[in-house]
Amino acid sequence: MGERLRVDLDAMFRKWAGTVSRVRKKKSGYVPNNRKGFWVMKQLALGILSAAALGVFATAASAGTLEDVKAKGFLQCGVNTGLAGFSAPNDKGDWTGLDVDFCRAVAAAVFGDGTKVKFTGLSAKDRFTALQSGEVDILSRNTTWTVNRDTALGLNFAGVTYYDGQGFMINAKKLPGVNSALQLSGAAVCVQAGTTTELNLADYFKANKMEYNPVVFEKFEEANAAYDAGRCDAYTTDQSGLYAVRLQMSAPDDHVVLPEIISKEPLGPSVRQGDDKWFDIVKWTYYALLNTEEAGVTQANVDEMKNSDNPDIKRLLGTEAETKIGTDLGLSNDWVVNIVKATGNYGEIFERNVGTGSPLKISRGINALWTKGGLQYGMPIR
Amino acid sequence: MQEHDMSWVRTEMALAQAAPRSQVGFGAWVRKNLFSTPFDAALSLLAILALAWSVPHILNWLFLDAVWTGADRTACLTTEQGGQLPAGWSGACWPFVSGRFGQFMFGRYPLEERWRVILTGILFIVLLAPLLIPKAPYKGLNAILFFGVFPFVAFFLLVGGFGLRYVETPLWGGLMVTLVISYVGIVVSLPLGILLAMGRRSKMPIVKLLSVIFIEAVRGVPLVTVLFMASFMLPLFVPPGMTFDKLLRALIGVALFASAYMAEVVRGGLQAIPKGQYEGADSLGLGYWQKTTFIIMPQALKLVIPGIVNTFIGMFKDTTLVLIISMFDLLGVVKQNISGDPTWATPQTAKTGYVFAAAIFWVFCFGMSRYSQYMERRLDTGHKR
Repeated sequence: MGERLRVDLDAMFRKWAGTVSRVRKKKSGYVPNNRKGFWVMKQLALGILSAAALGVFATAASAGTLEDVKAKGFLQCGVNTGLAGFSAPNDKGDWTGLDVDFCRAVAAAVFGDGTKVKFTGLSAKDRFTALQSGEVDILSRNTTWTVNRDTALGLNFAGVTYYDGQGFMINAKKLPGVNSALQLSGAAVCVQAGTTTELNLADYFKANKMEYNPVVFEKFEEANAAYDAGRCDAYTTDQSGLYAVRLQMSAPDDHVVLPEIISKEPLGPSVRQGDDKWFDIVKWTYYALLNTEEAGVTQANVDEMKNSDNPDIKRLLGTEAETKIGTDLGLSNDWVVNIVKATGNYGEIFERNVGTGSPLKISRGINALWTKGGLQYGMPIR
Repeated sequence: MQEHDMSWVRTEMALAQAAPRSQVGFGAWVRKNLFSTPFDAALSLLAILALAWSVPHILNWLFLDAVWTGADRTACLTTEQGGQLPAGWSGACWPFVSGRFGQFMFGRYPLEERWRVILTGILFIVLLAPLLIPKAPYKGLNAILFFGVFPFVAFFLLVGGFGLRYVETPLWGGLMVTLVISYVGIVVSLPLGILLAMGRRSKMPIVKLLSVIFIEAVRGVPLVTVLFMASFMLPLFVPPGMTFDKLLRALIGVALFASAYMAEVVRGGLQAIPKGQYEGADSLGLGYWQKTTFIIMPQALKLVIPGIVNTFIGMFKDTTLVLIISMFDLLGVVKQNISGDPTWATPQTAKTGYVFAAAIFWVFCFGMSRYSQYMERRLDTGHKR
């Protein structure tokens, strides 16, 4: 073996030395007349460079966001990388969810086509940078509306697409008589470490002068498994999350989400501060979704409704003579029709993604319209 | 003492006798290897008990009790969860994996364009296989195609251009991203690592200083930090609206990282070469590059094959870190489908998904490891100690 290796090296060396001497000859006067190889290389290199530039840089001029979005031909929307009911890819890899549908609605308002939207999955950490740096035009990623984010982070929240809040889930078989969080004194509570959830929990029990025993886990999955195995009496996280967790329990029907909500988590879409025109469009898309639900305009009946004589609906759907509502927003006058055609009204979006039409089966609760005892109140479109 | 008759001398060889019964066969092997001392016996018994206790459970969960077909979560639910399976059932939920298999492999790459990824994969295998088999001919041409031409072909196939639809990298995902990052990391880090190792041992002060600074700076920070910086800080430094491709950021980060580690592995090999080899090369009148190419490097690289492959395997698994910059490699896609998808949310989904991801990673890492051992044996020139 050693012999062979040496011989091989020898041969390689001779070959290499031959190349060197040939190159030397070239240097001393031999000019190759065939430049074709070089030309091909150059073309190839140019092609690669320009393709790379295309892929690497996505430059946008710094005019208004609406103009930018129209110029590039699609809306770039930042969503959660995976949250049941709010944003997740389906079997075909298409994004679905409540947050996702809101972006489709905005795209429909701008382009008249709800498919002209591209989604960027963002983690909790990089979501604000992505919006600030212009990587996304709108952030629709279950983000809580707080004063700090509104001011210090330079965001503008366009509304609350889902009123969430921290709640408790218990195993009703294990704790039969419990129907309120105030009865949880002395309970062991499973909670994820280092989240505001943990703080809210401590505050709530302290304020109500109750004892509790936190069982803290580093990861979401661990907390789920521990609760399912019966290591805690109660599980706490945001209510929308509790419904998703319940699906993964070995006996989902035994678990009950208690009515108390101990923190306010209004989740909504946000845009960059300082572009009021764009902010208006996103904000009024949200109100349009609410107002169409209130007026009973659905994905199925929107075309009939266009013939309605009701002045409110005529204004809403832009069928009123000489209406300027849409154009004043910088959109077309049938913008609401486009929205409803693309995603349906707010109620339809809710039921499809998190409500009765989904495995999560979350009841409307405070997310019902104001006319039905909820908090969703669409400002009038007139 | 008695007198012996010394006149008898044996003239033919005594026939070899069969080894004693206690030394051959299965029984002897067991006695010798499992029960030679009381302590060994105790350990063996414990191990056998542990296996007997766990293996049936694992096999049951993976195969016998597993669900193989179904359209959504109801296929993997027990009666008390609203499904058909008996109460207390536990088993793998394989329809989750088969239903999402496309995503696990390609991420959200458009359905009608996935043939491009498959074609790239086939090209990759067709070019790589003969490169790995020592007897296959045309090694030089093959290497040029694999390292020189294939990257460009793959780039155009995956990204688009020349009439192919442009597919932006946020749509990429799954095993495809894992392999793209690993391939780039491996192809860049080996040559760059060798150059850096040579630079660090060079007598030229500036080259040496730069190499040392690069290696130590890169090795001194965690990969997570580099990815974070590239993902969150970089967009704030460049003009607004200008964004670098995330995959590109990850590729550069991972490749530079692997290069620094590779440089130190190769340097270890260089230091293990006896001085006589250098002097011998010098005495033949070889220059620096000739000496390095023909005498030093082949020996040094052969010595550090385990270290090189170790770095490759480590990097292959490090690709999962791109999840923190919202890129979805295989593990990321699996995780995304577990946490974000109510259509498959069952108590068994998470376990099934992670077992699947672990199996894929294991196959690749084990493959690399076995091949490196084969290479070691093949290049063994009897210097092994």
